[in-house]
Amino acid sequence: MLGLNKKDTSLLIIVGLLTLLAPFILNPFPEGSAMAQFNAGYPDLMQRFVIFGIFAIGFNILFGLTGYLSFGHAAFLGVGSYSAVWMFKLLSYNVIPAIALSVVVAGLFSLLIGFVSLRRSGIYFSILTLAFAQMSFALAYSVLSNPKFNLTNGETGLQVYADDPQILQGANSPDLPHLFGLPMRATYTMDVGAWSFDFNAGYYLCAVVMMVVFYLAIRIFRSPFGMMLRAVKSNQQRMNYTGLNSKPYTLAAFVISGMYAGLAGGLMAAMDPLAGAERMQWTASGEVVLMTILGGTGTLIGPILGAGFIKYFENIFSKINDNVLHSWFAFLPDGLEDAVVFLIHPFIGKGWHLTLGILFMLVVIYLPGGLVEGGQRMLNWFKNKKTATDDTKSGKTEPAE
Amino acid sequence: MDAILLQILNGLDKGSAYALIALGLTLIFGTLGVVNFAHGALFMIGAFCAVTLQKLMNLSFEVVDESQQDFLGNPLKVETPYVEAWFGPEVGAAIIDWSVPLAILFAIPIMLLVGYVMERGLIKYFYKRPHADQILVTFGLAIVLQEIVKYFFGANPIQTPPPDALSGSIDLGVMVGFDPNAIIYPIWRLVYFGFAVAIIGAVFSFLQFTTFGMVVRAGMADRETVGLLGINIDRRFTIMFGIAAAVAGLAGVMYGPLNPPNYHMGMDFLVLSFVVVVVGGMGSLPGAVLAGFLLGILESFASTTWATTTIPGINQIIIYLVAIIVLLTRPRGLMGRKGVMEE
Amino acid sequence: MTNKNVTRRGVLKSGAVASTGLALPTIFTASSAAAFTNEPTGSSVVLGFNVPQTGPYAEEGNDELLAQQLAVEHLNGEGDGGCLNTFSSKVLQGNGILGKKVEFVTGDTQTKSDAARASAKSMIEKDGAIMINGGSSSGVAVAVQGLCQEAGVIFMAGLTHANDTTGKDKKANGFRHFFNAYMSGAALAPVLAAEMGNERRAYHLTADYNWGWTQEESIVASTEALGWETVNTVKTPLASTDFSSYIAPVLNSGADVLVLNHYGGNMVNSLTNAIQFGLLDKVANGKDFKIVVPLYSELMAAGAGENIKGVLGSMNWNWQLQDEGTKAFVKSFGEKYGKPPSNSAQTCYAQTLLYADAVERAGTFNPCGVVEALEDFEFDGLGNGPTWYRGADHQCFKDVLVVRGNQNPTNEYDTLEIVEITPRAQVEYDPEHPMFAGGDLGECNPGA
Repeated sequence: MLGLNKKDTSLLIIVGLLTLLAPFILNPFPEGSAMAQFNAGYPDLMQRFVIFGIFAIGFNILFGLTGYLSFGHAAFLGVGSYSAVWMFKLLSYNVIPAIALSVVVAGLFSLLIGFVSLRRSGIYFSILTLAFAQMSFALAYSVLSNPKFNLTNGETGLQVYADDPQILQGANSPDLPHLFGLPMRATYTMDVGAWSFDFNAGYYLCAVVMMVVFYLAIRIFRSPFGMMLRAVKSNQQRMNYTGLNSKPYTLAAFVISGMYAGLAGGLMAAMDPLAGAERMQWTASGEVVLMTILGGTGTLIGPILGAGFIKYFENIFSKINDNVLHSWFAFLPDGLEDAVVFLIHPFIGKGWHLTLGILFMLVVIYLPGGLVEGGQRMLNWFKNKKTATDDTKSGKTEPAE
Repeated sequence: MDAILLQILNGLDKGSAYALIALGLTLIFGTLGVVNFAHGALFMIGAFCAVTLQKLMNLSFEVVDESQQDFLGNPLKVETPYVEAWFGPEVGAAIIDWSVPLAILFAIPIMLLVGYVMERGLIKYFYKRPHADQILVTFGLAIVLQEIVKYFFGANPIQTPPPDALSGSIDLGVMVGFDPNAIIYPIWRLVYFGFAVAIIGAVFSFLQFTTFGMVVRAGMADRETVGLLGINIDRRFTIMFGIAAAVAGLAGVMYGPLNPPNYHMGMDFLVLSFVVVVVGGMGSLPGAVLAGFLLGILESFASTTWATTTIPGINQIIIYLVAIIVLLTRPRGLMGRKGVMEE
Repeated sequence: MTNKNVTRRGVLKSGAVASTGLALPTIFTASSAAAFTNEPTGSSVVLGFNVPQTGPYAEEGNDELLAQQLAVEHLNGEGDGGCLNTFSSKVLQGNGILGKKVEFVTGDTQTKSDAARASAKSMIEKDGAIMINGGSSSGVAVAVQGLCQEAGVIFMAGLTHANDTTGKDKKANGFRHFFNAYMSGAALAPVLAAEMGNERRAYHLTADYNWGWTQEESIVASTEALGWETVNTVKTPLASTDFSSYIAPVLNSGADVLVLNHYGGNMVNSLTNAIQFGLLDKVANGKDFKIVVPLYSELMAAGAGENIKGVLGSMNWNWQLQDEGTKAFVKSFGEKYGKPPSNSAQTCYAQTLLYADAVERAGTFNPCGVVEALEDFEFDGLGNGPTWYRGADHQCFKDVLVVRGNQNPTNEYDTLEIVEITPRAQVEYDPEHPMFAGGDLGECNPGA
């Protein structure tokens, strides 16, 4: 289908179903139950999953295929966000021009940075991209937000003010980001018994965009162009000796992944019309590197998993506090309850960084291929077990587990 | 003129910290081929060795003093450090006063141990893994280490003052014939610079003039051949990891009095020190030191009013700007070797 | 490799798929029976406490959280009632808010605008929070305030000191109890004149972002009105950890006062560096050299240790105040947590009570009712004496404290001493003052 082989088609369909049904999948626990804390099916987090998924898919096109480790990709995301908010300020709250411009600007910006940075390889390339991104961050945070020339609004973040021109803003169109009148914030809440599921317009816009770019990523991975990029990764020198100039290919990959980042940034601003400078900081660039490696570098689905993993921890674990713990373990005797809460306390709430750090280490140590490898191993394990139980079944009758 | 001298001093001082951290990073990279993102955390642990020692020195017993009140109106508990009770108030106070320099002795074994445990317990398994995995696992370790420190010491900075004799500042300008007050410089910053030079000197002479160092250098150049000669190069590299950790730790101990340690100080230095290492050239020890001092001095000059009025915001970006220029003109940094970390 | 390259046609095809997908969500339009966002329907009401729990301001956030939990206890009638006993408005009975039990959720702002908004959004969207309170930086406060305005919940700001929060970026759904940079300048100026005279030359080091600039502007304006001269204003990068290269030139600049427009870790380090360079021991222009830190906090004072001795600054509130409200709060807080509260803790505590009180008086959780009840509300008994929540910009007006680093602290908590309690009248200003102009409160937004 759509020019994909069978395996890729089924992957695309699975991802499509998962994103389509995310409001159900991410809200497995009834509202008001003790486990509801682990529900992630609210609009903001679902949007974030998908947006960072796009960011990581794009990053993987560069890093997973060519092996070039960029440490400055957050700059493109930030530039994308800024351009989107500027479109809101100047034109109107319609998200289409905003997202379009963010992709274009990020593409141009990445062309510039990529052209310079790709003159070097290995860690020298990483540091060059890091340096460009940190410079962008520092300038956006302070110099470019001075009252005389306020491009970024600095620490506060660029936002839309009532006195902005918004020349195309119609009289009746909503006063917040919308798609031809459909506000991104519009949410339909479906109550089924004790459960409640949110269907958010913004989320579905992001989801559709992600499906499109995911499809594009598959096509790139399977194309001769993708093959060329892989060749760069395995042995660039040999490629050069055969008379091929690899630079146009790597630069194209860099710009494509920069545009993915810009798209993610634009969507982020479309979901929430504020662009903060922290988006460009090295920690943000590091985050997407972590997402990709954690999920599984060079795999199609890995980066999306990695993005979901990190965002889930950031948003869910940081909100668990001692009160919540006490309510969970209220069934235990008092002394024991306090002891359990005391033991878990360092890992939740303000300790969510600690949990995340430990999980990073565990994943890298035991699953060198990232979460994707974990999934494969589990699959294999099940398969083996199934065949094993089949064998035993044929031998003697034992109750199935 | 005096302003220029002053900024050179500042630059050397900043550069000392950069150079020490970059030196350790390069030692680890050069010997083990591992990109250690937890190196900033080692610097931070060093600083907290000083904090811990200071806390130990100040361990106190409480005596309830009915004549004074605390903030709730209850009788005040007066605390007297054990050290003062044991050695008498004067000697005790002197020991507490000198707790930062004393912490050097305290930190060396701890840092060697931390380095040893880290290498044997974790890094060892990552020699054959891609650099990306090394980065991820050491970054995870850095987060874990800093969160542990935060759990025990809080997020607020903790003062570790220098000994009274070495606090305050001296008028260097008068000594070389400037007007009084022209070049005033804090004593501890001079101490820090001297300390850094001594450590750097010690590391270089260790590598240059001892048999152990010779073997390590040979191993850095060609690990396989040295191994084939029947030398247990791995064990020596483990020791080098410990030494690198100790260098970072000592840099941290002595840094405390300059700026009070907090749990994220390692992360603040991490990115910078990588830039320093790369500008110096991957795998080159002299390069790391040179780049450390160079970037320190440039950073100081960029923060002068003259520089910031000429190019607004130059003080924010100078380090990165220099890194870009150096890497574009010298492909492997100032003194990098060919073929290291280029694939 | 049976697959072709990405073709224009293929892209167009997938584009068509995308646009049919886009039409899908229009089926679901916003529909809600509620009159306003997160209308509490059960027997409880949820408040969102959004404070920094990681990053450099984690301690500040932790202190805020303790105070917020204490406020919830008091609202629910647990503990000793704290300021409910001293508050001039007597509608709060200790039976929750409007009879509904108060529950709370917590989140981590990380002191980043993005993370703070994400956290606040999750409280609003997932947990049904009806009010967001907390934070310890102005960037975060403005970002979250904007979000609350759009989402239709009330934002009761925590520690935010930049003029913009109730100036250029003010919002109808947002309220600030904390004081601001202008008030710091207005309160400090007379004390500076009395202690240092009218002929001083000031050198400013300013954190290079929005809050730093507004504070620098405020302090420069109020000190120049005294007759002081501003020698230089130098911006320092936020990421700086060492300020030696900024401090070193101060002595030779002809200045005799150093003003540090820094907060948190920046301030701790810059002050430590200034003391290292021996500035306070020097004599310049025939006068003793002085350092001023316009915005103090207890946690910064603790971090700066000995270095703050004798250094002047201003504060929103201090636990050593002697009014009834302060005493009641310090007693509850101290007995529960074993330490006196910081001024950011106090502002969060007061804001939570003020919100609850406004809801009771309005008789509804509807944000528009709450806004109306809080606007031009005069009250007393929460510390700092008689206080006025001005309707024009949602800024609180109350006495401002000028404090000094204590020369002889008797314990680890009285590191600051109160020099003067500047009366409210002296720090008031016109809502259209140039430093605050350009904003628009807009209409209150009940959401839904």
